[in-house]
Amino acid sequence: MITAAAQEREHYLNQNYGLKSWLLTKDHKRIGLLYLFTVTLFFFLGGAFATMIRIELLTPTGNFVSSETYNKLFTMHGVAMIFFFLIPSIPATLGNFFLPMMIGARDLAFPRINLLSWYLLVVGGLFSLFAMLAGGVDTGWTFYTPYSTTYSNSWVIATALGIFIAGFSSILTGLNFIVTVHRMRAPGMTWMRMPLFVWSTYATALIQVLGTPVLAVTIILLFCERVFHIGIFDPALGGDPVLFQHLFWFYSHPAVYIMVLPAMGVISEIVSVFSRKPVFGYHFVAFASMAIAVLGFLVWGHHLFVATQSVYAGLVFSFLSYFVAIPSAIKVFNWTATLYKGSISFATPMLYAFGFIGLFTIGGLTGLFVAALGFDVHVTDTYFVVAHFHYIMVGGTIMAYLGGLHYWWPKMTGRMYPEGWARLSALVIFLGFNLTFFPQFILGYLGMPRRYHVYPDEFQVLHVLSTAGASVLAVGYLMPMIYFIWSLRYGAMAPANPWGATGLEWKTPSPPSLHNFDEMPIVTHEAYDYSTVIGEEIQVG
Amino acid sequence: MGSKLPLFPEQASALAADVDQLTLFLLAVAIFFTVLIFGAIFYFAIRYRRRSDQELPHVQHGGMALEVIWSVIPFGITMVMFSWGASLYFKEARPPDNAMPIYVVGKQWMWKIEHMEGQREINELHVPVGRSVKLTMTSEDVIHSFFVPAFRTKQDVVPGKYSTLWFTASKPGKYHLFCAEYCGNRHSGMIGWVYVMDPQDYSDWLNSHPPSATLAESGEKLFNGMGCPTCHKPDGTGRCPSLDGLYGKTVKLAGGNSVLADEAYIRESILQPQAKIVFGYGAAMPTYQGQATEEDITQLVEYIKWLGDKPEVQKQTSGTLGEQPDVEDVKRLPGGGQK
Repeated sequence: MITAAAQEREHYLNQNYGLKSWLLTKDHKRIGLLYLFTVTLFFFLGGAFATMIRIELLTPTGNFVSSETYNKLFTMHGVAMIFFFLIPSIPATLGNFFLPMMIGARDLAFPRINLLSWYLLVVGGLFSLFAMLAGGVDTGWTFYTPYSTTYSNSWVIATALGIFIAGFSSILTGLNFIVTVHRMRAPGMTWMRMPLFVWSTYATALIQVLGTPVLAVTIILLFCERVFHIGIFDPALGGDPVLFQHLFWFYSHPAVYIMVLPAMGVISEIVSVFSRKPVFGYHFVAFASMAIAVLGFLVWGHHLFVATQSVYAGLVFSFLSYFVAIPSAIKVFNWTATLYKGSISFATPMLYAFGFIGLFTIGGLTGLFVAALGFDVHVTDTYFVVAHFHYIMVGGTIMAYLGGLHYWWPKMTGRMYPEGWARLSALVIFLGFNLTFFPQFILGYLGMPRRYHVYPDEFQVLHVLSTAGASVLAVGYLMPMIYFIWSLRYGAMAPANPWGATGLEWKTPSPPSLHNFDEMPIVTHEAYDYSTVIGEEIQVG
Repeated sequence: MGSKLPLFPEQASALAADVDQLTLFLLAVAIFFTVLIFGAIFYFAIRYRRRSDQELPHVQHGGMALEVIWSVIPFGITMVMFSWGASLYFKEARPPDNAMPIYVVGKQWMWKIEHMEGQREINELHVPVGRSVKLTMTSEDVIHSFFVPAFRTKQDVVPGKYSTLWFTASKPGKYHLFCAEYCGNRHSGMIGWVYVMDPQDYSDWLNSHPPSATLAESGEKLFNGMGCPTCHKPDGTGRCPSLDGLYGKTVKLAGGNSVLADEAYIRESILQPQAKIVFGYGAAMPTYQGQATEEDITQLVEYIKWLGDKPEVQKQTSGTLGEQPDVEDVKRLPGGGQK
């Protein structure tokens, strides 16, 4: 190994070694990998909580854990998955690694701030982790008042503080991305030549910068009431409990787009490369990202249809929610149209992308259901909503995240993953996911409320199906974990451009050198011009 | 209930049928688009699968017409969904005037129900079939949510304010009542049953649970016991305004605004008397926050409502409601005459 290493070309991974070289790195690629490591830990932690939830729900009575523990499990599942996995997942790992490379930059605009962002996520994560280990928190990830401020006897403040700190990680990452996209594009990389992943990450960054401070304010108010008993939300202290929901969802609904917009960007890249065609309607897909970012701020009240907000407010929020559906629909139609007369490869990333489009379509269409006022009154706070947002956030975001990891893995590590196993994992995850969450739509419509530790007997069959699906899903998620690690040592060496992709990140060796490009790249073509990578033209279709 | 693998919930209210129709429309649209997109992906993926590593497909340039079509048509469909959903929501927001009132107080972890005639129930609600019922609800602690899947309706029950929910049960039977808003440790134990009964069975049920006093009577006892009449003199000569004839009227406030005297206003005036001062009066009343429970308050509210409905002539003389039940009141109270 030593001799082999000596002959190796110098790149960002072998430039220097040792813990210090990682913990003090300012290289966006290494920071991307630090994030990958961190969010993976939280993913499996959140997954462990989910596993215990699903085991408990096998039977209608509470016989695996107590109600108290169950409530903590679903709370910590939500906190770990949303704040410490989904929100940082694609932007902070793949975005950190590839956003600069895709626009031909040597790094992000503020490399030190980038490292600080990672530390903030870790410190925030440690606070929340401490709260989980010290006894846990039982408010639900939504921290609704006055339960969270006056009634809960669990580690609310430590958890909320962790989220508060992690929020700054998100804000700084967003800021870094915005400045990078504005200031660091290579010569010739005009806005309309940017890969769609850059567009969607840019739109995401805007939400992170504009939305996350509201979350910070909300947490401070929560802190003031819980610790100093200043009446803000608790009516016994003169506050308004529904005010909290407005503030919370003003951030947390746009946060859904923080999770799903970058996923859409990944899918645009993959669908294009593996059908070897530019994304159909590039401009529409790019602007759809911006439209989603803006409209996403105007729909928070659709979480409050039965929360005593005025009937007319409900009306406006329902109306606007349908507006935000259209840009998402435009994307799905354009991806599908991209396949038309393409040269479709069934490589692993494409299988994940197919999975994404399918699950996101179901998640999006059921979003139209819950935006309809009269329908939502029946299903809100039931498993229907649980199923709906898991289709978006797990079926959507995690499928895209895994698709993106497979797509860029050769570039990040210089190694290929085992194709057969990887294709199998995409299939297992797709099937396991549907078996887990489809029955929950039916459960919800039947009236099964969410966050129930014990439930009436008639719901058991559907719960058992869901738990069976979750076991399949767990196997599906463990597979990439294993073969990715395996590939680091045993995977085939990756060429610079294994997929015939056009992005600048593929115009540099795998893994890239420390400064990404040996020469400043100059961009002369639109994104996704495959005639630049393939010699001869063969007519298809 | 019944089948071990139910796929569709029972329909037991007029609204349930309406909501289910909307559901079927939404499902039809969803299935159409799912089939369209899945079908297109499968077809294209197989038809245009890569046959050679060197092949380069022709680029089609985006079609403006296509983009417009697949934006405008879905938007039109969503507007149907919006209007349909909104019309149901409006219906749900407006209880009919003749709806039978029942009070609900949620607390960790039970539902307390108070009927106008004074019957009290915990985690059970008995209602007659075919009659509109209006629940006026509040919580003693955290947010709860009153959810009856068979009626397809749900409403959060929020501390510090009244919220209302109404339904017309359409089929006798026993239906789940769930708390749908997470409320702490035994959230999933905050469940109960709604019993929808034939009118005769319902009246039998009322008779077999004779209450000691109606809500308004209990309210009167509280009203006198707490010393309210010292200031709220019926003839208006006290330090505080007379409450006779108050309910349903528009009250002029100091500062020029006015407010409709409904349940929420009366409740607020008991708990936060300083929030709205009646024109011509001083801020003389102390708060009863912490002294009166939510159940006390519903009783007081009902008594004040009763005062409000009294015919004008009786204003000066009418003393106690327990001693001289007047015909009007009995008629007004649901199931009146049961006493």
